[in-house]
Amino acid sequence: MFEVRIHSRGGQGGVTAAKLLAGAALHDGKYATACPFYGAERRGAPVVSFVRIDDRPIKIYSQIREPDLVVVLDASVMETVDVLHGLKTGGRVFVNSAHPREFAGYRAAHADLTGIALKENLVVAGSPILNTPVIGALAKAGIVSPGSATAAIREMFSDERNVRAAEAAYREMSA
Amino acid sequence: MRKISTGNKAVAEAVALARPDVVAAYPITPQSDIVETIAEFVAAGKLDTKYIPVESEHSSMAACIGAGIAGARTFTATSSHGLAYMHEMTNWAAGARLPVVMANVNRSLAPGWNIWVEHSDAIQERDTGWLQIWVSTVQEAYDTTLMAFRISEHNDVLLPVMINLDGFTLSHIMQPLDTVEPGDFIPPIHLPDPVDPAHPAGYGTITGPADQFRFRYKMEQAMQDAKAVIAETEQDFARRFGRTYSAAEEYRAGDADVVVVALGTLGKEAEVAVDILRDEGIKAGSVRPRWFRPFPDLDLAGKELVVIDRDYSFGFGGVLAHEIRSKYLTKVFSVIAGLGGQEVTYDDIAEFVRKRRIGEEFWFGVSDHV
Repeated sequence: MFEVRIHSRGGQGGVTAAKLLAGAALHDGKYATACPFYGAERRGAPVVSFVRIDDRPIKIYSQIREPDLVVVLDASVMETVDVLHGLKTGGRVFVNSAHPREFAGYRAAHADLTGIALKENLVVAGSPILNTPVIGALAKAGIVSPGSATAAIREMFSDERNVRAAEAAYREMSA
Repeated sequence: MRKISTGNKAVAEAVALARPDVVAAYPITPQSDIVETIAEFVAAGKLDTKYIPVESEHSSMAACIGAGIAGARTFTATSSHGLAYMHEMTNWAAGARLPVVMANVNRSLAPGWNIWVEHSDAIQERDTGWLQIWVSTVQEAYDTTLMAFRISEHNDVLLPVMINLDGFTLSHIMQPLDTVEPGDFIPPIHLPDPVDPAHPAGYGTITGPADQFRFRYKMEQAMQDAKAVIAETEQDFARRFGRTYSAAEEYRAGDADVVVVALGTLGKEAEVAVDILRDEGIKAGSVRPRWFRPFPDLDLAGKELVVIDRDYSFGFGGVLAHEIRSKYLTKVFSVIAGLGGQEVTYDDIAEFVRKRRIGEEFWFGVSDHV
């Protein structure tokens, strides 16, 4: 089983990113569950959501405590949240960032999702949309196939700018 | 078609396939998504249903009762305080033998103000005469909703059905969902004696001591007859759509020495604990009652039982543990866990089994001896 924890702020689309990732895994022929952690969240507060991907049906409902991959959609949450908490030894960290980030003992990758969203004018209520480009980055990381990422995005959004943003993130993500 | 869906959306989609004549509802967290989605279907013209946005849950059930008396197929959804507020009318729906189908998204009752999963809301409706079922996956929520209309409206049953799903844990999780084309799986509703709204008539509703017990006895007969209707419906569902359900789901329980019994998502996650315990050499299994009323006939003879309750009857104990002790005249290790959304993992469930003390009660997170 592959377990992903997504850190974002309320309103940035972390829950939708989790749903898109699960949907893409489904297209890959896998089983997947996605769940937000519902606390006293509100717009702008740090929130987490979870995705599990496996070859067999998933029977676990409790939260992910030792993720294989941590996704940080908003690097500023790292000022108050230990995003590495529980991350497996040698696990991976992806950060939405224009420049590389170092995490001792972990494999780090980055892409400027915010810049990509702004370039495609993917902005809702003043906030850049990060949930579709991040799926492109996760496809580059091999979590889902690029074709499944595109298919999952098209199922949820008719606006092709979302697909273009995911493709841009796929191209621009650091190895 | 396979897609990703939440538990709430799955229920709403299944309700749309059943094409109820009337949906009357009042929103409440974490259920609101169900009735909002149905309202969207109606507003978009996808579903020809009279949607009544009432001012309270007492009224939503009253509206379902009124429509039901006229022979309509009805649906509502609620949770927690909404269900408690409805309580007078839930008794009426069952006593009037009306096949209302309701989704109840299990949530704790205040105080403290808590929106997370607990089974106490539905357990407090245990004795009203509703059929009660707990589901454990998004797919099961969808499939069970379809089956609920057929079971409830069967002339051998004519009792309302409450489909319970764990608040947030199941209502908001996203899992794969295979949708179906129901065809004639749910036959048209034909109540035996509907009131004609054009010529409304009734007779005195005062029922004296010479007759009331007969109505109560007939409710119990219908509850017992429902077991065969449930089995037949589940078998036909499996024939048509390929997914098998039964009154209780057993997992590696046949040759088990110790069996975990739990409702809903805890009962499903217990299967992961069972695999871990088996790898350690402990012959564990799990039994997840789906139906709670009518209570299923479980094969528990000779097993040590670890029963997890996400509810409590103050002054006595966990209600599921109580049902099993009294029905099977056996002792159990009664675990009280997951109240108010308390996190309970498969590791925790495995530990309940390893440290079980048959005959005792254990409050997870409070008692210090496990």
